[in-house]
Amino acid sequence: MVPLNYYLILSAIVFAIGVVGVLIRRNLIVVLMSIELMLNAVNLTFIAFSRFLGSMEGQVVVFFVMAVAAAEAVIGLAIIISVFRHRETLDPQEMQLLKW
Amino acid sequence: MVIFFVLAVMLVGLSLLVVFVRNVVHAAVALVAALMIIAIFFLTLQAPMVGVLQIMVYAGAIMVLFLFVIMFLNPMTPERPRRAWWGLGVLSASLLAIMLLFMVSKGQLGAGPLAGTEWFGSPETLAKSLFTEFVLPFEIASIVLLVAIVGAVVLAKRER
Repeated sequence: MVPLNYYLILSAIVFAIGVVGVLIRRNLIVVLMSIELMLNAVNLTFIAFSRFLGSMEGQVVVFFVMAVAAAEAVIGLAIIISVFRHRETLDPQEMQLLKW
Repeated sequence: MVIFFVLAVMLVGLSLLVVFVRNVVHAAVALVAALMIIAIFFLTLQAPMVGVLQIMVYAGAIMVLFLFVIMFLNPMTPERPRRAWWGLGVLSASLLAIMLLFMVSKGQLGAGPLAGTEWFGSPETLAKSLFTEFVLPFEIASIVLLVAIVGAVVLAKRER
């Protein structure tokens, strides 16, 4: 049986990779996919703790995270489509109308 | 144990692909593979219900939506690399990783798992927990999904 710490370390690494993606990419769709990657790293932590502490709460929380992630992806992609119609770009640096 | 390391290396490699590949479609396919591997981890951690949901909802529905939007927008302009942000991004992410790994290594939870029963994560036990303790969050999640559907329709509607 694999110890719990290995799962936590793996999920920390994947989460950090997701953070890199959010910070350095200039494509809104890839940024959104990196956020999904981070959410999944957290889900892995929840499931590992749920298994190792022998309680169901972790799995229930993962269920809710999935529901909210689906809603977030839908809204995010709708916003991206609407922004793309106005600006013809997916670069977050171009969207600075509210910045002075 | 060997399987864990093979899957872990594959997961980290696929995550790096998602972040660093230039082609958006290739990144999406790599993300699908990464989500599949996470689903396999769920199955090995005795969470079959959540693992199947992971494949159906994440790797199925959400990623099809992503691919649909990528094909729909078809952004052909190549992405200009943001060199100035590379140092900052990699620095902050490695700081975060070091912090998390330090906290994990300090933990004392390295002991073996509790003796879970054979049907620890079965749909039955998950549903029992979901519909007794967590009924209110469950109902709120349905409202969240409804609001998301309405919001997506309103946002993506063509203005006239």
